[in-house]
Amino acid sequence: MGAIRFDNVGKVFGRANSGFAALEAVDLDIREREFVAIVGPSGCGKTTCLRMVAGFESVSSGRVLVNDRVVKAPGSDRAVVFQQFALFPWKTVRQNIEFGLRNKRTPRDERNELVDDVLKLMTLESHRDAYPHQLSGGMQQRVAIARAYVLDPDVLLMDEPFGALDAQTRVVMQEELVRLARINPRTVLFITHAVEEAVYLADRVAIMSRRPGTIKEVIDVKTVRTSEDWDGFEKIEDVMDLESFVHLRTRIWKSLREEKVAVDG
Amino acid sequence: MEERPLYLTSTLLYGFAGLVVFFGVWFVLPTTGLVPVQFLPSPITVAERVATLTTNRFAGATLPAHIAYSFTRFISGFALAALIGIPLGLLMGWFRIVDEIAGPIFDGLRFIAPIAWVPFAALWFGTGIGGPIMIIFAGAFPPCVINAYRGARQVDPRLIEAAEMLGTSDMRMMTNILLPASVPSIVAGLRVAAGLGWQSLVGAELIVASTGVGFMMVQAQANVATSTVMSGMVAIGIVGLLIDIILRWGEAAIRRRRGLNA
Ligand SMILES: Nc1ncnc2c1ncn2[C@@H]1O[C@H](COP(=O)(O)OP(=O)(O)OP(=O)(O)O)[C@@H](O)[C@H]1O
Ligand SMILES: [Mg+2]
Repeated sequence: MGAIRFDNVGKVFGRANSGFAALEAVDLDIREREFVAIVGPSGCGKTTCLRMVAGFESVSSGRVLVNDRVVKAPGSDRAVVFQQFALFPWKTVRQNIEFGLRNKRTPRDERNELVDDVLKLMTLESHRDAYPHQLSGGMQQRVAIARAYVLDPDVLLMDEPFGALDAQTRVVMQEELVRLARINPRTVLFITHAVEEAVYLADRVAIMSRRPGTIKEVIDVKTVRTSEDWDGFEKIEDVMDLESFVHLRTRIWKSLREEKVAVDG
Repeated sequence: MEERPLYLTSTLLYGFAGLVVFFGVWFVLPTTGLVPVQFLPSPITVAERVATLTTNRFAGATLPAHIAYSFTRFISGFALAALIGIPLGLLMGWFRIVDEIAGPIFDGLRFIAPIAWVPFAALWFGTGIGGPIMIIFAGAFPPCVINAYRGARQVDPRLIEAAEMLGTSDMRMMTNILLPASVPSIVAGLRVAAGLGWQSLVGAELIVASTGVGFMMVQAQANVATSTVMSGMVAIGIVGLLIDIILRWGEAAIRRRRGLNA
């Protein structure tokens, strides 16, 4: 469950003929349980792509499919983790996490069990009764991930989820996400500006060209990760020192650089 | 951090000075004969009158009993306005169609002053409890609707999207997202509603009631008992102030809980 398909997707903001094209002919196939990161210059339409899968934004042309069905509206089969967390400030950590389950009318015992499990998984147990504003940014984003994860969605959509965090917290969260992805693999669409983050987390990295955005190149990371056994390393910096990692990162950097230079010129 | 206590003291001081001047002028005018005492009884006379009225009946009841009548009507009308107005405001804020249907009617009606409903209140309810309640309702209803509506429209769109991706139904969107997110705006609306409701209540009682502070004041006026009229005014002012203090305190408590500066 959870295959995502962009089929010749275009997006025009504003009026159909006088507006400006944000996306053009985007084609991308994401397999079930695959982790795909999208990188690209600012304003190239990464967020727009993700919002289309979430059902927040309509397509102007082409189709976006999840599980072979055209996306029409938001739904809990496609959970979103936002850069700015978007937790409900009047609900406690626990209430935030269980809100989606209550929407689904999950029976109480089952609900409590699921929430307890995810609280433990995300090491949030001691904060279960805190309000979001009482937590650090890293903690808040953990809650947002827990809130999405607890629904057991087919697809996880993450738009620069660690972009608002400081460097150290960010590293911890990246390691955590890899751990989570190993315990319970999901289809993940992950947007980031940080090339290292993309290479460290993703099975494949899709590089977008500048406006109107399109998928310029898709780079396979998984083959190298498996053959070089990146997952055998506990720490992110150990992986980042590997020649195989540096090689991939540089390759993506160069590809991105072409785009940025083009903007300047 | 020495500034704040200093600032606070000076605020209190100014407030106190204002009161002294106010009561001073009020005291001086009738006692020196500048204004005849029948026109303006001195504060001391009024205080004595308030004391007498707490045990002695005037216009059928003691002052506390009149206040109790007024307050019961106020709470009924105010609660009715909140119970209907807040859900209506949220519905208008969430469903465009409700906004389009109810909006124009509401916009027209809200410019009619509550007191303008008095003839109908008298016609429909006589001096029964329904009349004053209807008039308070007319005063308190618009701020309830408007502030719930504004609150709902100003909810952070990211929170609405977060709720949507969590599979939230329209009903739960209103009760669990729009309502709590609008609480600060709604409480601000309730404060305005309480003020308008309480004001229009006393106006209504002047005409369509046989108890209550307003009624007591009309009766006193007919007897040229100016100190009793003023006792009524004092009661209105103090009860109104208390209602506002309670709502303000509630507002601050909610903001604190949300981590907003109070
Ligand atoms: N609702 C909208 N109305 C009009 N234009 C929009 C809207 N949303 C996005 N755009 C425009 O579409 C383009 C793509 O936006 P998008 O947010 O998808 O870019 P992005 O790749 O996520 O950028 P960033 O890296 O800065 O987050 C931008 O030029 C943006 O200004
Ligand atoms: Mg973006």
